[in-house]
Amino acid sequence: MKKLFTVKNTQIWKSIFRHGPPEDRRNRSLAVLANVFLHLHPVKVRSSSIRLRYTWCMGGLTFFLFLVLTVTGILLMFYYRPTVEYAYGDIIDLREQVPLGAMREIHRWGAHAMVISVWLHMFRVFMTGSYKPPREFNWVVGVLLLVLTLLLSFTGYLLPWDQLAMWAVTVGSNMARATPLMGTEGPGTALLVLGDVKLVHAGNDARFFLLAGRFVGAATLLRFYVLHCIAIPFVASILMAVHFWRIRKDGGISGPL
Amino acid sequence: MIDSLKELINSISSPSFFLTLSIILLGVSLYFKQFWTRRSLGIAAAISGGLFLFSVTDENFREIVAKPDNLPIIALLFLVGFFTWLSLHLAFDNDRRKAAGEPILEKQETLPKTFVWPDLVYIEFIALIVCTVVLIVWSVLLKAPIEEPANPADSPPSTKAPWYFLGLQEMLVYFDPWIAGVVIPSIIVLGLMAIPYIDRDVKGSGYYSFRERRPQILVFLFGFSILWVFLIILGTFFRGPNWNFFGPYEFWDVHKVVLMNNVNLSEFIWVRGMGIGLPRNWLVREIFGIVLLLGYFAVPPYLLARGWFRSYYEKLGINRYLLMMFLLLSMLALPIKMYLLWIFNLKYIVSIPEYFFNI
Repeated sequence: MKKLFTVKNTQIWKSIFRHGPPEDRRNRSLAVLANVFLHLHPVKVRSSSIRLRYTWCMGGLTFFLFLVLTVTGILLMFYYRPTVEYAYGDIIDLREQVPLGAMREIHRWGAHAMVISVWLHMFRVFMTGSYKPPREFNWVVGVLLLVLTLLLSFTGYLLPWDQLAMWAVTVGSNMARATPLMGTEGPGTALLVLGDVKLVHAGNDARFFLLAGRFVGAATLLRFYVLHCIAIPFVASILMAVHFWRIRKDGGISGPL
Repeated sequence: MIDSLKELINSISSPSFFLTLSIILLGVSLYFKQFWTRRSLGIAAAISGGLFLFSVTDENFREIVAKPDNLPIIALLFLVGFFTWLSLHLAFDNDRRKAAGEPILEKQETLPKTFVWPDLVYIEFIALIVCTVVLIVWSVLLKAPIEEPANPADSPPSTKAPWYFLGLQEMLVYFDPWIAGVVIPSIIVLGLMAIPYIDRDVKGSGYYSFRERRPQILVFLFGFSILWVFLIILGTFFRGPNWNFFGPYEFWDVHKVVLMNNVNLSEFIWVRGMGIGLPRNWLVREIFGIVLLLGYFAVPPYLLARGWFRSYYEKLGINRYLLMMFLLLSMLALPIKMYLLWIFNLKYIVSIPEYFFNI
């Protein structure tokens, strides 16, 4: 204990932590205010609003699971190549060759858990009426984040490049074929013709756009990989920043008036 | 004895039976607030846990349930059950407190405000550790599955979408892909976004309550727990090869044949009703269906605005009221179409295959 005390008197320690131990009101405030990560929080919150039985902690867990998935995802990216040639073999290697390897497991089970925690978070927000004004826009941002979570999960589904991946994505993307006016088999598409030429066909409809081809192939794998690792997390991060910021701006964690 | 019991359960199992049962259960449990006490949670947990343990002894049941990817769905079932109980338990408790003139649970704290450090930071820290431990234990015990390498030439007999989309895949039984796969998901997303712009009443914000928000909670629970979660459970555990329905203790036979003899509304009217055969012009052929469909979205809002929903109409104004009615009717269209198929074998209300336009 004595030793730790001297450590805390060094210039190095003091250069990192600019306040004393968070034991009094001033230093507890500074612990939050002086920390870039913690300062998303206010200094003080309503006691009832942070009770576990009130919040279920699902929003926080969703964010934490996103971070877990980012870290495990980065580690997986070191070993995985998104090509028809290598993708499946790399997954098998991750399974067979890595001693005590559990990164893929944590990534997959964490993804399932995140979908569930998002739903339960929305369920709690609904049941406490926390979407009501002035929080209506933040609820909309939350719905967008729900959609992005599902899309992240769906694009990740293809990457192992096994039978389950290929056919689940085939079934899922077949729906796009039926998009009104934009899919080959969608209602009204047959009306979009110039003379004898079909304007929307299997080579340019909504499904083609999604898969980058007429069927799930090499181009689809690359497209889903980029969406999964870069594009969707990028958009989701921006929306998360807005989501957290707006919690503060719209009156903090919800509670009774 | 046990075998005949299982056989009985298999034979009464069907999507219509399960859906009707879950609607009745939801309705009855919301009617009796005694259902949301600690004791009945214990009873419900004991019954469902016992039923689950009994079922796990069955080979066919185990084969489906024990798939590693199905574990989160079992977790989802119990989690949604528990959190529905918790939220309504707290809601009914607050209703009782309000009726007795006591402060609600959320207003009972002696200190209204507290420091984030340590009170909130510690909760977050503990939640984070628990979550990490659960994930690591889960990942060590259960390997992530991997199947044969992708082969475009070899389509498996049973292809399911990812589990969170199985509700939509179930809707494909009752609607064409353009509705189940495109229109319904869009309406769900836009409808969710529209909620705070329809329900703007700041009363009932920030605490659990049932009495003050009865219609909202009824609609949300119906949509979330029945039309979404229940359909996912159905799609995961009861839909086998070729999307055929199987009872909980039934073997998933790839060669099961189910006779489908579904009839369109136009055929009901022109062929069976009037006995003259289908007219050649599609507009004449489908005119009854089109009128019925337009009427479905136009007449109830009009009549309800002058009747039961008068207060909503006056409070919301015409735009918000019509949006709310459109969303409600779209939501109800799914169970209505389900029961129409089960009872009358009705396939399409409007069927214009010329333009891929079937409803």
